[in-house]
Amino acid sequence: MKAVRAAVALVALAIAPSLLAQGSTADEIAKYRAALQDGNPAELWEGRGEALWKQQRGPKNVSLERCDLGLGAGVVKGAYAQLPRYFADADRVMDLETRLVWCMVTLQGYTEADAKKNPFGNGNDRKSDLEALTAYVTSESRGVKMNVPMRHAKEAEAYRVGEKLFYFRGGTHDFACATCHSEEGKRIRLQDLPDLTTAQGAQKAYTTWPAYRVSQGELRTFEWRLYDCFRQQRFPELVFGSDAAIALTMFLARNANGAPFDAPAIKR
Amino acid sequence: MADPMKIRATTLGDSTEVKVLMSHEMETGQRKDAQGQTIPAWFIQNVIVTWNGRTVLSAQWGTAVSKNPFLSFKFKGGAKGDRIAISWMDNRGDKRTDETVIA
Amino acid sequence: MDEMRRRLIQSGGGMTLLGLLLAAGWIKPEEALAQAQTWNKAAFDTHSLTDTMKALGGGDPAQSKDIVFFQTPEIAENGAVVPIGVTSNIPKTESIAILIEKNPNLLAAVFDIPTGTETSISTRVKMAQSSNVYALVKADGKYYVAAKDIKVTLGGCGG
Ligand code: HEC
Repeated sequence: MKAVRAAVALVALAIAPSLLAQGSTADEIAKYRAALQDGNPAELWEGRGEALWKQQRGPKNVSLERCDLGLGAGVVKGAYAQLPRYFADADRVMDLETRLVWCMVTLQGYTEADAKKNPFGNGNDRKSDLEALTAYVTSESRGVKMNVPMRHAKEAEAYRVGEKLFYFRGGTHDFACATCHSEEGKRIRLQDLPDLTTAQGAQKAYTTWPAYRVSQGELRTFEWRLYDCFRQQRFPELVFGSDAAIALTMFLARNANGAPFDAPAIKR
Repeated sequence: MADPMKIRATTLGDSTEVKVLMSHEMETGQRKDAQGQTIPAWFIQNVIVTWNGRTVLSAQWGTAVSKNPFLSFKFKGGAKGDRIAISWMDNRGDKRTDETVIA
Repeated sequence: MDEMRRRLIQSGGGMTLLGLLLAAGWIKPEEALAQAQTWNKAAFDTHSLTDTMKALGGGDPAQSKDIVFFQTPEIAENGAVVPIGVTSNIPKTESIAILIEKNPNLLAAVFDIPTGTETSISTRVKMAQSSNVYALVKADGKYYVAAKDIKVTLGGCGG
């Protein structure tokens, strides 16, 4: 118990308003980030994903080229800017990753377990097909304005649930997403914590995932981002493709509407 | 099998700019795995870039080149449609060659 | 024949016999790579600038203001990926090498630059900790060096 309280105190201390003295450091780090923009290794994932999309695979030996991502069978261009959305065939709101799994199951004949078994890759021995496919599909929305629909009742419901989850406090630290993400200028160590409750904050964050994570040498998707924040928040593991993951994605994606999508990006 | 490289070659006036990303772990040989075993070094040692068959850059790399290496340089000449080929070979003897045409 | 090919390749610059064979489509680029393959293990295994210079067969390099870093930050947020750009304005530049003083092994990369290629390269390296980075240039058989201090907020060897 003592240990837990100490840990809370530590984290609380670490989340202090940014100091003015960090200004020049921040400038230099901005230059560092700018220098990385030219030549983003995420392109390697995009290339692999495109090949996977077109390749005849799975028990039925067909490609994903007839997969309907919301804009009609096979339309990839701009599809991500309108996800998550309600899909009548599945009678469910789906984010991109969940929809890809759906297509791998219904078109290619994979079992759901097989399609989902490796959502986050690790190095050369465990490359994730889902990350590669996500990189490819999202790259085809670069420059397209976010336009997540909210016409269907289930879309509105997902948004409301996502919003609730965002403000829901719990876990050993009694944290919500909002604890770390609802104020301008907070940071943990050198990392700025984006305020995700403003349109601008949500836009900046949402439109820059997936991202090549320099620290991991891996491309990470938005579901991974949520998964990792659940971990930081000491919440139970966020299940890949779960309603909770989709609802949070819906909440943040919809709040990002109007901003041009600009990923896969590169982040520290 | 290593994934294909991403090569971009563009003419800029009278020269050509080449940019390439390679898919490679570039393992340093300094890291340990979860069991405490040293992960052996595994890295690209040689790179050669040719333009219509003529060498325009060659390099030797050590383990300090970043994972998924990036390289950019320019050479004089080159016209749209000319062939650029890049090859690498790593310390295990694996190799890969990819080609593009100048855009 | 093999020995001759190798010598031709190493002489660098211009259209070598190997280049001709390549251009004519007689051999594939990866075969050229196998032919050209030389990796200076002795130089890559060194731990001090003096030893690296010895392994490269050069003496003390002269400090030069004609070597400039570009797109190279003062602070790297993550040592796993530090962008380094080096331009040499020294006439007859033959090669550019990047060395990191405080890495376990100093030498990161050597680029051989044939005539006709601009003496400027840009790449990314790992830095274990804040350190001096050297750009070492060989021009007309002589060595020149410039240094830049780069701070790393997160070391690049832990993965
Ligand atoms: C303990 C603090 C903490 C909590 C609680 C937390 N996060 Fe985060 N979040 C972070 C940190 C740290 C980062 C990474 C910042 C960086 O890497 O620059 C981050 C990044 C993000 C990003 C990406 C921002 C960007 O611009 O790349 C999103 C989106 C996000 N979090 C969403 C959430 C959601 C949704 C929740 C609730 C499930 C949550 N976070 C809970 C600390 C937290």
